[in-house]
Amino acid sequence: METVEQIRDRLLARFPGAEISVITNPGVAAQHSLLLDHAHARAIAEFLRDDTTLKLDQCSNVTGIDWPEKKITETSKVSVPDPAGGPAKVVEQKTERVQPGMLEVVYHLYSIALRHGPVILRLRTGNRTDQVTVPSLTPVWRACEFQEREVFDLYGVKFDGHPDLRRILMWDEFKDFPMRKDYVEPDDYEWEPTPHGVVLEKAKAHYPAPPPAAAPATGGAKP
Amino acid sequence: MSDAAPTTPAPISDAERAELRRHGILLTSLQELYTWGCSNSVWPLNFGLACCAIEMIAASMAKFDIARFGSEVFRPSPRQADLLIVSGTVTKKMAPQVIRLWNQMPEPKYCIAMGACAISGGPFKQGYNVLKGVDRFIPVDIYIPGCPPRPEALLHGLLEIQKKIKGFQIAGPDAPRHLRSDLECNCPVPEFGAHDIEPTANPKVWTAPVIVRSEKG
Repeated sequence: METVEQIRDRLLARFPGAEISVITNPGVAAQHSLLLDHAHARAIAEFLRDDTTLKLDQCSNVTGIDWPEKKITETSKVSVPDPAGGPAKVVEQKTERVQPGMLEVVYHLYSIALRHGPVILRLRTGNRTDQVTVPSLTPVWRACEFQEREVFDLYGVKFDGHPDLRRILMWDEFKDFPMRKDYVEPDDYEWEPTPHGVVLEKAKAHYPAPPPAAAPATGGAKP
Repeated sequence: MSDAAPTTPAPISDAERAELRRHGILLTSLQELYTWGCSNSVWPLNFGLACCAIEMIAASMAKFDIARFGSEVFRPSPRQADLLIVSGTVTKKMAPQVIRLWNQMPEPKYCIAMGACAISGGPFKQGYNVLKGVDRFIPVDIYIPGCPPRPEALLHGLLEIQKKIKGFQIAGPDAPRHLRSDLECNCPVPEFGAHDIEPTANPKVWTAPVIVRSEKG
């Protein structure tokens, strides 16, 4: 199969106005992916499906990723020339930048006909609040239908062009998006015999420690 | 036999009755006849939720053979069932349907919480979409621990239900709820809310345990 870079080059030649970038995966798997723009995503998906050398006829997996807004501190070493004429000093410079929050949808494509894959596509939303629409790829691969509904249900990504965009796991009246990192789950904590980690934090929040007049509690809820 | 005081379980002693039975006279009380009949024809609802249901099905098949205890008739309609075996994880989306099924079953009815999930949420206890025990909404008679419980455990649970039914008083203040007019048998069905099901529990059958954190933790 062609590499992701080769696919990108062919796509850029075929769709001159498209913005396509390769997102590298630094891990061992090295499954690099293609980030598509919204305007050309549907046409590119159809091209990938029908192209004779790729024939990506199966979409095996659609999933979402929540990227909350985060501050990134980058440390870079800058050499500052000494005004007195001595050797240049190397100074560490810290720059802070805010990476804006967004939601991402990832598609894993395989070819059953040619037995290769995966080719991974990504679509990104503008932010996490009001610009959460991406084009749906259900008209291209029918298998996306339920999985895009699941991404809509759990992450809140809206798919433009989806034939039946409803919640699929949670009930229709549900308002939250449980897989987002800032989701606050309902407080129906009951009791855990040996709380630790996240559950211990829940236990502490749910059952505050006895007042300091008593011996200080080190955590853990007991019946 | 009906002239006896309603709270007296057996008007004659077991020894006298055995003596009469030896002479070919079968003497019994209405209560004994009633509970004998009830306890040996507990028909479960044909209802499964998760992997515990596989064990429930195994219990109903030839190897474990729940028919030995009169419960082989799995009814596909709640109107004909006596026993609700909650066999698996009850998600919050499923909870109203489970409670609705319970309400549709005629009295006398019994409930078995089968497996860790039905008892407390089990391995999914920390999940946002899992009901932390079906006893938050419906009265549970027998809890069967296990993940999932073996079919033998389900059979043991059934025998415990039968033992419970055989101990019923059919009249008086100790009578079960279906023989009394002062107890409400229906359980309110929760609604789907914006963040959780509402209400999150039925206060008539369940209250949150009072937990005091120990001093040394």
